[in-house]
Parts: sequence; structure tokens; C-alpha cells
Amino acid sequence: MKRWISCIAFTASAVGLVACSDDGATTPATVTLVAYDSFPTEKTPLNDALATFTDDTGITVKIVTAGDAGAMVSKAALTAGNPEGDVMWGVDNTLLSSAVDAKIFDGEPTQVDFGDVCVNYDIEYFTQHQLQPPTTLDDLTQPEYKDLLVVENPATSSPGLAFMLATIDKYGDAGWTQYWGTLRSNGVEVVDSWETAYYERFSGSGGSSGDKPLVVSYASSPPAEVVFADPPIDTAPTGVATNTCFRQKEYAGVLRGSRHHEAAQQLVTFLTGETFQRTLPLTLFVYPVNGKITLPEVFTKFAAVPTNPYSMDPVRIAENRESWQEQWTQTVIG
Amino acid sequence: MPALGALPIAGLAVFYAWPFATLLGRVLRPSSIGDTLHSPGIGRAIWFTCWQALVSTVLTMAVGFAPAYVLARYRFRGRRAALAIVTVPFMLPTVVVGAAFLALLPDGWHGTAAAVVLAHVFFNVAVMVRLVGAMWAVLPTDLTAVARTLGASPGQVLRHVVLPLLRPALYAAASVVFIFTFTSFGVVKLLGGAKHSTIEVEIARRATQLGDIDGAAVLSVVQLIVLAVVVWWSARWQRRAQHTFTAGHSTRRPRSRSERRGVALVMAITVAAMVAPIAVMTARSFRTSSGWSLTPWRTLGANEVRPGISLGVDPLGSLAVSLRYAALATVISVVFGGLAALTIASARRHGRLLDAGLLLPLGTSAVTIGLGMLITFDTGPFDWRAAWWLPPVGHALVAIPFVVRSLLPTLSSIGADQRLAAVTLGASPLRAWWEVEVRRLPAPLLSAAGFAAAISLGEFGATTFLTRSGRDSMPIAIDRLLGRTGAVPHAQAFALATVLFVLTAAVVAVADRQEADDARRA
Repeated sequence: MKRWISCIAFTASAVGLVACSDDGATTPATVTLVAYDSFPTEKTPLNDALATFTDDTGITVKIVTAGDAGAMVSKAALTAGNPEGDVMWGVDNTLLSSAVDAKIFDGEPTQVDFGDVCVNYDIEYFTQHQLQPPTTLDDLTQPEYKDLLVVENPATSSPGLAFMLATIDKYGDAGWTQYWGTLRSNGVEVVDSWETAYYERFSGSGGSSGDKPLVVSYASSPPAEVVFADPPIDTAPTGVATNTCFRQKEYAGVLRGSRHHEAAQQLVTFLTGETFQRTLPLTLFVYPVNGKITLPEVFTKFAAVPTNPYSMDPVRIAENRESWQEQWTQTVIG
Repeated sequence: MPALGALPIAGLAVFYAWPFATLLGRVLRPSSIGDTLHSPGIGRAIWFTCWQALVSTVLTMAVGFAPAYVLARYRFRGRRAALAIVTVPFMLPTVVVGAAFLALLPDGWHGTAAAVVLAHVFFNVAVMVRLVGAMWAVLPTDLTAVARTLGASPGQVLRHVVLPLLRPALYAAASVVFIFTFTSFGVVKLLGGAKHSTIEVEIARRATQLGDIDGAAVLSVVQLIVLAVVVWWSARWQRRAQHTFTAGHSTRRPRSRSERRGVALVMAITVAAMVAPIAVMTARSFRTSSGWSLTPWRTLGANEVRPGISLGVDPLGSLAVSLRYAALATVISVVFGGLAALTIASARRHGRLLDAGLLLPLGTSAVTIGLGMLITFDTGPFDWRAAWWLPPVGHALVAIPFVVRSLLPTLSSIGADQRLAAVTLGASPLRAWWEVEVRRLPAPLLSAAGFAAAISLGEFGATTFLTRSGRDSMPIAIDRLLGRTGAVPHAQAFALATVLFVLTAAVVAVADRQEADDARRA
């Protein structure tokens, strides 16, 4: 009905050119999965797992990538009720509360994976310079690490945001901006995205021409280096400063306004099931929430497991995120 | 034929007035105004918006002065071509100009205010050449000759005779450049980096990155108020500076050798400056980290960055999307704009009201239009957020004022006496209207269609809001490719921007030729 009204209203203005398009409502055999940019769209074990879902249920999964996690959630808030797809993958705990407030989901979203955002270091650099790599947030302000660290802007990048939240959790409302002031005088470099920080500025990633031996990345970045190494290597070239980590949890859920509610719900159930969860460590480099999964060796061997990562209540994040981002901007690049 | 006016008026009400009212409704909550205006990021954005617009305007005027003079006063071989080359940048999509300057400037310049200002000057020199040049070309030479005879130095002639005569055009050019750079979006988004954002960029960032719609709405109203003040002020100054003189015709060939050299030098520098950014961008679309290569062009359709990880952008698909949007936007804006122009021309007094109404979207920034539409058409039977035709409707809103502008001169030149003559000769009123007015339209319509298509192809601000993931238009795809890391996505962005440049230039050339033909016939 909706479609018809809009079509009629519109045909009046552009007679002849418009064939009223059917947005696919009559073909419930396809559900659209909205995900962030680094979600694989084809040719990985994850996509093979999705293909088994199609084989079993007859439901085809179409993947639409919608920018980084922050842009994806904001867009979902603007299109709440008339979403760009049926299921959303990858809303993390830093954005969860805003997403729920904006009523983008039908019901509660389900946790699908977790991981940690931590400072990574280039092992070769620290060996060559006979320097101990940093392990804590405090270490990063020390003079021996001057001009070595590159971080992402928390206003434009989700690992950047997670790292800022780690410092707020550690130093509190009173002290965190001061901490960043010290980092700034210690020569911290800021870039807009994780990709730029990790692949262009960091010296430890494969094929990079960067010159910064410290970068904000993931606790699972070292196994990723090993998996993607060309030619193959058997030890990770990078390590993790395990007391600098922030715990990220990712969620998936059915988007409110989905026209294929049942099929979408089936997909969410599948996403938390064993077949799919098993592919997560080596495709998205995150830990599955499904406890039955045995982690692959390369993962257990090279991924760091921080004992006590920083974390924060999603409601507190949603209430303060914007003002924190602004304070950060003023302190670090203002 | 006032009944014809009903359609454009209805369109304006639904797609402009209603979203605008929604936006105002969001702003009029006192808490959102206070919250937004107190956040420090806002102050910084407003400050940067103002000063970069001012610096860009002053620099454009200074840089554009010499080419405006040379092109207005001298006849030389290649003058028409030079004029076209200088004019083209103004019609280019903002993302093309942004991408071109990213390609041209060394990395250290990216994200600096200087890069933004340079790109703005490149963009707007055409305004100076066209607006001020047009007046300069008809300045009577006898006044300057008299001044010279009376012993004035060339500097004194310039200061006391030429500049005062040019003042209305100078004010007009300055205010146009100021308004364009004040509301600059694409250029600043691409070149400004994290530190520099205009109000326009900040509106989009708040709405699409932070999900802060109220803040975005407050900002768009702040911007609108500033713009209204600038427009009012500039109209006042233009009126005050107005004067009459007998138009002369003073174009001549350069006489002395030094004159010839001067003309050649100014033109060579100007043309080189206009061509360089685009040329470098095209060249860089053939460059990857391993040297010259066709890879970026060959892989334009395939979008994998690492095994399984796609770019999230389909460059070739975006071409199809853009062409479809442009086709629909052109049809809408020509139909609505044509009807509006006919109404304005025949219903003289009430027509002015419609004219002013149709100009409103022009004064409203594209980002504001997009934001307003997105937060308005989100409920019940009017939930059009998923409709594929919503972006082209937004494009049409931006284009219609231009369509009306380019049709009105032809229509207004038809006097009531012509229609009366037709009726006297036995034509029915309808027939008279058809023969006298409608049949004269095809030529200007074609040129209007060209401009509408060019605007739609490059539209970025409104599209940022109205686009759906997986249905990116070319400007959106270029922006997303430039946001990715690596030599290949960037080269692909440059390749796609080159395609967009060629498309736009071709469309503008058609429109421009039509206009030139009209001018000759007139």
C-alpha cells in the first residue's frame, strides 16, 4: 500500500519514466544483512557458512556494507523503521545504547562476538633499539616512547573511540584529558581511520612503509599478520601491550521495519550458531560468543588475552560520547 | 495560464516547505539550541566557515582580476576556448575539484586550510571572469580616455574611474563567491581533514556520524540566518552602487608588443592553473604504488581489497546509478521548472512570489535540503526513505531555480503585444499562448536540461543523506573510495572522478553551446 501511494504521488510528476519498482517485498527468499566495511562479502569461510544457511533454508543472504561501524549505526538511526536491510551485524558496545535509543532494532540485539582494542607494537623495532615495549597506558607517556605512537581519531573511528574510552575508564572524568595532554606533548600522531593507522603509519604490518612502531589496533592483529603473511611466517611480527585494552562486544539483530521478519530472525539465530561462529576467528579476527567453538591454533598462539581489559557501561557511553569526543578534539588536535 | 502554476507550487510545498517546517520544529526546542551552541566544536566550525569564506572571496577577486580584464577587453586567437576553460571549473562537481586537489597537492597539504582555499579559488575564478568581465566588456572607453587626457596615471584611472564603474559587478561577484564558499561541502569534506569543517560539513557529520539530528538542525538554521543576512546586505550594496552609463563596445586586439606579451602571459598562467588539477588527477588514475598501470581502470568494476573484503563501493554500478538519477532529475526539473517559468512569465505579479519561492531552495544549502527530506519523509504513507526516486527529487530541488533562471529571459522577452497580435490575427488564446510562448521554448529548454543534468551528476550534499547503502551515486562512490586506504582505491577514485569530469563537461558544453546559439540569434 505504502509503495502504491508513493508511486501514484510520484508518477504524476514523471509520467513515462518511472516504472514503480517493487522493493523486493514479494520475494521473502532474500534477506539483506547490513554490516560494516570490513565484513567479507565473498570467498571466505564466513561466506561459505552463509551459503550453507541458504542451502538449508532456501533464504539467500545479500550483504550490504554501510561504512564503518559509526556511520552504519547513524545511518540506521536515520532510517529506523524503514531500514536498508533486514539484519544488522556489528553494532558494538560503544554504540549499542545509541542504537537502542534510536529504536533501530526489533527487540533486543544479540551478542555475536567480542575482542579487545589494544596498543600493538612492532617487535623488530623494539629489538633493534634494545627497548622494552610499553605494557600500560602510563608507559605511553614516557620519554623513551616519544613520537612512536599513532592513534585513530575517536570521532571518526571505532577503535579510536574504544581506546579513548579505555583512558576514561582508567583515569576518570577528572584525569583523562590531562593524560591525553601528556600524550600530545609526547608526540602522539592522530589519523582518521584504523586502515590508515595500521596499514600506512604503523611499521609492523605486512607491506607497510610506516615508521611508527606503536599503533592502536586489536589484540587479534598479530594472528592476522601471520595468516595474511606473504611469504608465510611462523611467528607474529607484532605484539600487544596487554594493559592498554578495551573490551569490544559486537551485536546483531533484526532491524525494525524489516519486511521479512521471520527469515531475518532465522538468520540471527544462524549467526550465533556453531557453523557460522566457527569462521569468525580467522575472518573477522574476533572471539566467538558460542562457547562450544575450539579456537584455531594460530589464534590461541598469537592473539593476546588481556586479563583485565577496560570496559564501560553502554548507557554511560551513550550519554557522554559526543562531549567526550569534543573534549578529546580540543585537547589533542584543537 | 495560472492553473499550470499549481503543479510547481504543490511540489514546492511537499518537497521543500514541509521538510523545512519539520526542521524548524526540531530547532524550536530550546534545549537543543542551547546544547548545540554550547559545544565547542560548533564555535570552531562557525569560525572556520567565516574566515575561509572571506579569505577565499578576497583571493578569488584578486586572482580573477587579470583574466577578467584580459578576457573582457581583448580579442585574440583562442579567446573563446580560454573563456570556456576558465568557466568549466564552476560547473564541476565539488568532489571532482576536491579529488583533483588531493591529486595535485603533496600529502603535507591535505587537511590544511590552504588546500581548501586554493580549491575554492580554482572553483570561483569563473564567477569573477563572467560577472565582472561582462560589465568590463561594455564599459565606455571614452571615460578612461578622458581621464588619461586629463593627466591621470593608469593607476589613478583604475582607482577613480574603472573600479567605481565596476562596483556593482564586483559586489555581485563577491557575494556569490562568499555564499558558495560559505556553504562549501564537498571540497571541505575531502580537503579539510579532521581539523577543518564548515558548518555544512559539521551538519552532515552530526547527522550521519554522531546521529545528533537536533544539533544538525540547529546548525542548518544558523547557517540559513547568516546566509540571509549576507544576501540582504549584498543586495543593498548592489542597489546603492548601481549607476547607468552608455554601454560601449571596447573589445580590441592587443596593439603593442608588450600588450601582446601581457595578454599571452595572463592567459597562459590562467589556463595552466585551470587545467593542471584535472590533468594531474587523470594522470594519477594510472598510478599505483608499483608505477604506471592500467589496473585502477581495469578493476573499476571489481571491488575487492583483500581476499573476501570488498570496497563496499561499486564504482561502475555508481555510474549507472548516477545516470539514472540525472535522467530523472532532469525530467523533473525541466517539467516543474518549465511550468513554473511559464507561470511566472504570464502571471506577472503573483509570478514574482512563485519566482521567489522557487529561489528559496537555492538559498538553502543542499545538505539542509537532504537532511530536511530525510527526517520528514519517515512516517506512515510518506515514508519515502527507501524510494529510489528520492535522491533525484532532491537534485531537482537544487536544479529547478537554475532551470527557471535560464528560461525566464526568453519568456519575459515576449511582450503582451505579441500575444495580442496573435489573438487579433484570429488565434484562440490557447493557440496564441502555444504559438507565441511554448514553441519558443525547446532551445532554452535543452540548455536548461543540460544544466540540470550537470547539477544532478555532481550533487553531493543532499545525496549524502538521501542515498541508500549499495546504491551509491558517483560523487558518493568517489568520496568513499578516497576514504579507503591504499594506492589502488585512491587511483580508482581519481579514475571515477575523471569519468565524472568528462560527463559533466560534455553536458555543460551542450548546454553552453545552446545558450551561445541563443545569444547569437537574439
